[in-house]
Amino acid sequence: MTVIETKGITKVYNPKKVPVHALRGVDLTIRKGEFTAIVGPSGSGKTTLLNIIGGLDQASSGVVIVDGVDITRISDNKLIDFRKEKIGFVFQAYNLIPVLTAAENVEFIMLLQGISKDKRQKRVVELLKSVGIEDQADKRPSKLSGGQQQRVAVARALASKPSFVLADEPTANLDSKSTAQLLDIMAKLNQEEGMTFIFSTHDQRVIDRARRVVTLEDGMIISDVTR
Amino acid sequence: MITAASIFFAVLFSSFMISFQKGVWDRMIENFLSSYFGYIQVQGKSYWEEQSLDYAFTPDEQLKALPKELKGIEGMIPRLESFAMASYENMISGTMVVGIEPKEESKFSGLEKKLVKGQYLQPGDQGLLMAEGLASYLGIDVADTLVLIGQGYHGTNAAGKYPVIGILSFPSPDLNKKMIYITLNEAQTFYGAEQLLTSMVIQLRNNDDFRLIKKQLETKLDTSRFEILQWDEMLPELVDAKKSDSAGNYIFILVLYMIISFGIFGTIMMMTKEREFEFGILTGIGMSRKKLAIVTWLEIVFMGLIGAIAGIVGCIPLVYYFSKHPLNLADYMKEMGEIYAKWGFDPLLPTAFEPGIFLNQALIVFVLTTILAGYAVYKIFRIKPIEAMRK
Ligand SMILES: Nc1ncnc2c1ncn2[C@@H]1O[C@H](COP(=O)(O)OP(=O)(O)OP(=O)(O)O)[C@@H](O)[C@H]1O
Ligand SMILES: [Mg+2]
Repeated sequence: MTVIETKGITKVYNPKKVPVHALRGVDLTIRKGEFTAIVGPSGSGKTTLLNIIGGLDQASSGVVIVDGVDITRISDNKLIDFRKEKIGFVFQAYNLIPVLTAAENVEFIMLLQGISKDKRQKRVVELLKSVGIEDQADKRPSKLSGGQQQRVAVARALASKPSFVLADEPTANLDSKSTAQLLDIMAKLNQEEGMTFIFSTHDQRVIDRARRVVTLEDGMIISDVTR
Repeated sequence: MITAASIFFAVLFSSFMISFQKGVWDRMIENFLSSYFGYIQVQGKSYWEEQSLDYAFTPDEQLKALPKELKGIEGMIPRLESFAMASYENMISGTMVVGIEPKEESKFSGLEKKLVKGQYLQPGDQGLLMAEGLASYLGIDVADTLVLIGQGYHGTNAAGKYPVIGILSFPSPDLNKKMIYITLNEAQTFYGAEQLLTSMVIQLRNNDDFRLIKKQLETKLDTSRFEILQWDEMLPELVDAKKSDSAGNYIFILVLYMIISFGIFGTIMMMTKEREFEFGILTGIGMSRKKLAIVTWLEIVFMGLIGAIAGIVGCIPLVYYFSKHPLNLADYMKEMGEIYAKWGFDPLLPTAFEPGIFLNQALIVFVLTTILAGYAVYKIFRIKPIEAMRK
C-alpha cells in the first residue's frame, strides 16, 4: 500500500533575491512498512524533502500525496491537523518541550488528539518501555542524555499512531552506542509493528541498517536501492 | 513569572503615582479651603447669588444645636461679611469687612498666625485687623484710625472709625489687598444688622465627609431659609483649576501608561521570543495555532491576575506609609519648600490612601496586559515551525 507519493516536487528558496534550487523534481513513492534512508551530501536537499513530505514546508511545484490526500493543496489549519493525525516527527535534536517531563512529552500529542486519560497513560507506559526508558519517565529533557532524548522523541512520534515517522538526522548528535540503540529500537518497531520509517542521515552505520536507500544529490534522486 | 513580576511593579508604580498626585491635590485644596472658605458653609437663602446683607439670617436654635447633633461637625464659625470703603488720610480703597468671633475663627483658619504686626483681635475689642497689602496701599499702620463707610442692612448707612490693632499677612494676593476683620458684635453694629450672620462655616471632623454632612444638614435645617453650600459650589475657579490641571494629568497618565505598557510589552515579547522554539515544536507536531494561542493568552492573563493582586497587596503598605509620612519638599528642594511656606502651605506631599485607586490601577494594568498579550497570539499565528525550531 502506498503511503507517500511525490510527483515532480521542486523547491526554490529566495525565488526573488538569490534563488536556491533545493529540489529539482523529486518523484518518490514510499510503501507501508518501509525502512528508508534518505542520504546525500550536505546541501543536497534531504531536510527540504522531509519537511515537504511532513507538511512543514511548501513545495514550489509538484504534488505530495499522503494517504490519498494531496497535501500541497490544503490550508495551514488542515495541514497542522494532518501532521497531528498522520505523521510522527523526530527532529535532529532538542525537540522535546523543555517544561514537560518525558512522559508528558509523549502524552501531549494524545491529549491534542482527544484520547481519554486512561488510554493515554497506558500507552505512555507502553511506549516508554518499548524505547527502553520507562525509568526516566518523570525527568525533564534537560536531565536526559541526547540518546535518551531521541528515544523519547521516537516514543512521542509513535504516540499519535501515525501513518509514518519522519526523522531528519535523528542520530546526528549521538555517540555510536546511542546511535546503535536508537536504530535497534526503530528497526524493532518497524518489524514488530510494521511502522513506516523515513530518515535522513550522513552516517554510514545508519545507512547500513536501512532496507532502502534513496540518494539525493543537488536536489535530485540519483539512486534508489532496495536491499 | 517575569511577566507577573513586571505587572506587579506596574500596578505598584501606577498606583503610587496616582495616589501621590491625588494626595498632593487634595492637600492643596484642603490647605486653601481651611484658610478661609471651609468645605461647607450655611448661608441665608439667596445670599450667595446676591452677595447682599439683605439676605443675612438669624441663627436659630436648630442651627446652633448642630454640633451637638451631628458628630461629623467639629465646630461652627459665624461670620458677617460685606463690602465697605476704607479711607485713611486721602487714600481710599474697597474692602471686605468680616465680623468674626476671634477665637473660633483663629482655631479654624489660623488667623492669629497670620499676624505680622500689632495684636490679635480679642472679643469686645473696638479695633480692626487688616491685610498687609491693604495697609501699605492706604499707608496706614498699627494705632492709626481707619474710617469705614458702607451700606448696611436694608439700605441703611454704615459708618465707623476703627483703630488698627493688628496687621495680617495672607498668602493669597486677593485676600491680601482687601481683608479687614472686626469682631462680630462690632460688625453687627456697624452694618446695623443686630444678631445677623451672612454665613456659618461648618468645620468638619473629617473633610472627606463633606458630601455626607451636607446631606445631613439639608435634612436638619429649614432649606427655605438656609442654603448649604459645598466648596465646589462656592469656588468654581478651584474646580476649574483642578480640571485644567487634569489636562496636564492626561499627559502624565498617558506617559505613565506608556512606560508601563512598554515594560509589560517587553516582558511579553521576551517570553514569546524565549518560547518560540517550543511554539515551533508544538505547531510542528500538530497543535492548532488557535489552541496554542488561547492557552498562551490565558497563561499571560493568569500571570497578569497574580501580578495585579500582588500589586494591590503591595500598594497598601507603601501608599499608607507615604500618606502618614509625606515626602517633605523642603528636604529635597529648599527653595520650593520656602515658596510653599510663603504661600502658607506646608511643603508636604502626601499620597492619598484610597483603595479605590489601587483597584482601578490594577484593573487598568490588567486590561493592558490582556491586550498586550495579543502580541503573543499574533506571533503564534505567524510562526513557521521549521524556522522556529532551527533556533
Ligand atoms: N530556509 C532556507 N533559505 C534559503 N536556502 C535554504 C534554506 N534551507 C535550505 N536552503 C538551501 O537549500 C539547499 C538544500 O538544503 P537542505 O537543508 O535541504 O540540505 P540537506 O541535504 O538537509 O543538508 P544537510 O546535510 O547539511 O542537512 C541548500 O543549498 C541550502 O543552503
Ligand atoms: Mg539537513
